[in-house]
Amino acid sequence: MSAGNMNLTLKVWRQKNTHSEGKLVTYPISGISPDMSFLEMIDVLNEELINKGQEPVAFDHDCREGICGMCSMYINGRAHGPKRAITTCQLHMRSFKDGDTIVIEPWKAKSFPIIKDLVVDRTAFDRIIAKGGYISVNTGSVKDANNIPIPKDKVDEALEAAACIGCGACVATCVNSSAMLFVSAKISQLALLPQGQPERNSRVLSMVEQMDHEGFGNCTNTGACEVECPKEISLENIARMNREFVMASLTKKKKKNTGGGAG
Amino acid sequence: MSKLDSKIPEGQLDQKWTTYKSKVALVNPANKRSLEIVVVGSGLAGASAAATLAEMGYKVKVFCFQDSPRRAHSIAAQGGINAAKNYQNDGDSIYRLFYDTIKGGDYRAREANVHRLSEVSGNIIDQCVAQGVPLAREYGGMLSNRSFGGTQVQRTFYAAGQTGQQLLLGAYSALERQIGLGTVQMFSRHEMLDVVTIDGKARGIIARDLVTGKLERHFGHAVLLCTGGYGNVFFLSTNAMGSNVTAAWKAHKKGAFFGNPCYTQIHPTCIPVSGDHQSKLTLMSESLRNDGRIWVPKKKEDAEALRTGKKKPNEIIEEDRDYYLERRYPAFGNLVPRDVASRAAKERCDAGFGVNQTGHAVFLDFTFNMKEKYGRTEATKLGIEKPTDDQLKELGQAVVKEKYGNLFDMYAQITGVDPYEQPMMIYPAVHYTMGGLWVDYNLMTTVPGMYALGEANFSDHGANRLGASALMQGLADGYFVIPYTIGAYLSAEVTRMSAEKGKTDSIDKVKTNHPEFEKSEKEVKERIDRLLNIKGTKSVDHFHKQLGHVMWDKCGMARNADGLKKAIEEIRKIRAEFWKDLRVLGSGDELNTELEKAGRVADFLELGELMCIDALHRNESCGGHFREEYQTDEGEAMRDDDNFAYAAAWEYKGEGQFELNKEELKFEAIKIAARSYK
Ligand SMILES: Cc1cc2nc3c(=O)[nH]c(=O)nc-3n(C[C@H](O)[C@H](O)[C@H](O)COP(=O)(O)OP(=O)(O)OC[C@H]3O[C@@H](n4cnc5c(N)ncnc54)[C@H](O)[C@@H]3O)c2cc1C
Ligand code: SF4
Ligand code: FES
Repeated sequence: MSAGNMNLTLKVWRQKNTHSEGKLVTYPISGISPDMSFLEMIDVLNEELINKGQEPVAFDHDCREGICGMCSMYINGRAHGPKRAITTCQLHMRSFKDGDTIVIEPWKAKSFPIIKDLVVDRTAFDRIIAKGGYISVNTGSVKDANNIPIPKDKVDEALEAAACIGCGACVATCVNSSAMLFVSAKISQLALLPQGQPERNSRVLSMVEQMDHEGFGNCTNTGACEVECPKEISLENIARMNREFVMASLTKKKKKNTGGGAG
Repeated sequence: MSKLDSKIPEGQLDQKWTTYKSKVALVNPANKRSLEIVVVGSGLAGASAAATLAEMGYKVKVFCFQDSPRRAHSIAAQGGINAAKNYQNDGDSIYRLFYDTIKGGDYRAREANVHRLSEVSGNIIDQCVAQGVPLAREYGGMLSNRSFGGTQVQRTFYAAGQTGQQLLLGAYSALERQIGLGTVQMFSRHEMLDVVTIDGKARGIIARDLVTGKLERHFGHAVLLCTGGYGNVFFLSTNAMGSNVTAAWKAHKKGAFFGNPCYTQIHPTCIPVSGDHQSKLTLMSESLRNDGRIWVPKKKEDAEALRTGKKKPNEIIEEDRDYYLERRYPAFGNLVPRDVASRAAKERCDAGFGVNQTGHAVFLDFTFNMKEKYGRTEATKLGIEKPTDDQLKELGQAVVKEKYGNLFDMYAQITGVDPYEQPMMIYPAVHYTMGGLWVDYNLMTTVPGMYALGEANFSDHGANRLGASALMQGLADGYFVIPYTIGAYLSAEVTRMSAEKGKTDSIDKVKTNHPEFEKSEKEVKERIDRLLNIKGTKSVDHFHKQLGHVMWDKCGMARNADGLKKAIEEIRKIRAEFWKDLRVLGSGDELNTELEKAGRVADFLELGELMCIDALHRNESCGGHFREEYQTDEGEAMRDDDNFAYAAAWEYKGEGQFELNKEELKFEAIKIAARSYK
């Protein structure tokens, strides 16, 4: 059952490197099985290109199970393709019809420069995390894990936010290229847990500062990010982050006024 | 005399680590700042080690081939992480975890290391919770546990089906914190292509910037390889596409012995192969075996009808189902260790009882627990006295959804079948490699200054790893072991450094200008050029698939001498063909994913041969290594403790030539015995 029967027209973004111009190139492809994953279909295309002596399409991927967040493809105008709540690697060809034309582009956002073809640079996300997306605790200096009971609903909520895979679909899909959903997911996770309290204020301030510094846009509440997020990270996180930010800014001001410590 | 010194500390087993820690030489804070450590890999082992070493004051450089350290393959672990906390008060203890691990590994692991692992397991959970890892909790706010195979206690901690992701993000955040503080320099999209040794010691690496193609030299007083497992030698496995043996293999060629390469774990619960296009296999977490019962039909005609779609699984009545694990292993039932469960599935399918169109699958059925266990409990809670079948199903389904929802979704996504309505189909697949670089008690390889952590080393799991123990080992190595044991080596480095202080030719001054760096870089460059210049006709995948077929058929779940001998011949042929007819387009000075793959497959083609040589020499069956010639009448593995109670450590002697060294395994705390789960 490996030999399939779908014939498709692919239009794939080809770009040699960051500095060169890119364009869509058309490749007809046939014999695609509905059981293939989308990335396996690209594997088939690449195998064909190599056989013809043409350079294969470069794309990011690793786990192929929807968890590493590497497979960043913009398919027919939607991040990770037509289905909700999945990544490109989890998309199967049974979601397409024989004869379809499929346009495949990289994430396009100023803060995610294109490296080659469909591969982009998302290190801006790492730099935001490095500015406060953690709890400052050194190895070995901690108490027993059951020392602080945490209500189940709080942990479950924190896990929902922590499920973010850092794929960047939220940014790619946003008209403003805003990274609010990504950043707010991390802020929320740590704000919901007792362990995250001591650095709650400084965290949100410095992560937001770095986010702006990286050139991500503002949030104008279009909600597109939530729709395209493969992990269904909720917009409520953005609301929470805004509250956290206001609270932290106020606290900082107050402290300044009273000549308190360095906010 | 053996070339291997495992450096196990003196003393009683349960005191060794404590005594060691209080005696090991320390490095004073001022000196730490002048010591540089190269960490290759940012998975659980690499990220935890790098963050901790940086916290201690060392200068650290970290490398990974993905675009971010957060994407290391550890991210994909689903089920959980073990720790001997005994929070459930069900009789767990450090000794019991130690015992289960040794027995689970079929008495082929080193006692002292495993005991240490068990001792630090509890600290890992403490550490992760402090970092904000949202591990699952009960309503009372305490941590929750589940059971995994090969144990009779509940000691597995988890975060839904995303345990690896959450633990890795914890370690990643600790790492990013250090990056932010400037104590760690991160090199993502970099691939290590050689270890540089000078006067027999590891002194750094050659790495390729995968974006520009530029080769770089990086100096280190010590090099830590945390580069994961090599399951992708089989082409199809549950590992991420990029997982590879390259770093470990280069180290092997530079003098690090390779331990027990043939010990491969074939995981019993994976989604079956569906066709030739398949690029990887997907694991369905072992935690599912907590609540799923595994069966095939008792009658061959039913199996046939299921394969052709004439019957649906639900139409097979209870009496006609063979719950073969419960039948063969009443004490452990569906929770036998992985090697046992996988072989039992293969046995039933080979005997003609397999399902799926291919006949290579068995059922994993949740109906019973969904209705009888969860449905009934929920009904009682709600005060429903005589629940209907539909009510039981509905109530139970909600509980199952909460526990395993994302796994069920993943299954539905891949197969197009709804597992709430029909039992899942599963089949064993390559998952983990117990083998790896041989290391001593300090986690040092046979090359001084070169360490191996996590799945990349051969230690703790013997011939079979228990579920939820890899995450434990990776984090134990990184957070709690290496920070101490590296001091033994680096304190001597400090002494050497002060002795060589004024010298202009001291390595601390020469660093990457040393001729050995130049030589390594040149060799790496030549190899890349060689791959690019074959200009043959076949893609990398073509050769990788061929290798994978040979490995799976002849060095997979069951092996025999004839097959292994043939496999060695075949692998040599594929290798020769690869170097004659490979086609890699593009150049070496740009992002070139085919070139990356080519380098990795070239190394797999050498490793595969060594795996077969190792499997062929081990004339016994143990854990994941099942030699058909050595089995009981009931088809159970037959160990040979008189002749094979050792770890095999292979020394590289030139292409296709390896010399065997043996580390005798002494069992002092545990009586070595037949491994029974009946
Ligand atoms: C699907 C799946 C589910 C699993 N579930 C569980 C579970 O529930 N419980 C459990 O205990 N275990 C589980 N395991 C096993 C466990 O996840 C792994 O053994 C473990 O995470 C390995 O961690 P590591 O740090 O050793 O290596 P990895 O996480 O594999 O990291 C390797 C690192 O090395 C880098 N690297 C490799 N080669 C190079 C190179 N040449 N140059 C530069 N960088 C390099 C990579 O970029 C990466 O950063 C699972 C495994 C799989 C495949
Ligand atoms: S919030 Fe969603 S879309 Fe954005 S990076 Fe995280 S997982 Fe991806
Ligand atoms: S390849 Fe990992 S999420 Fe798609």
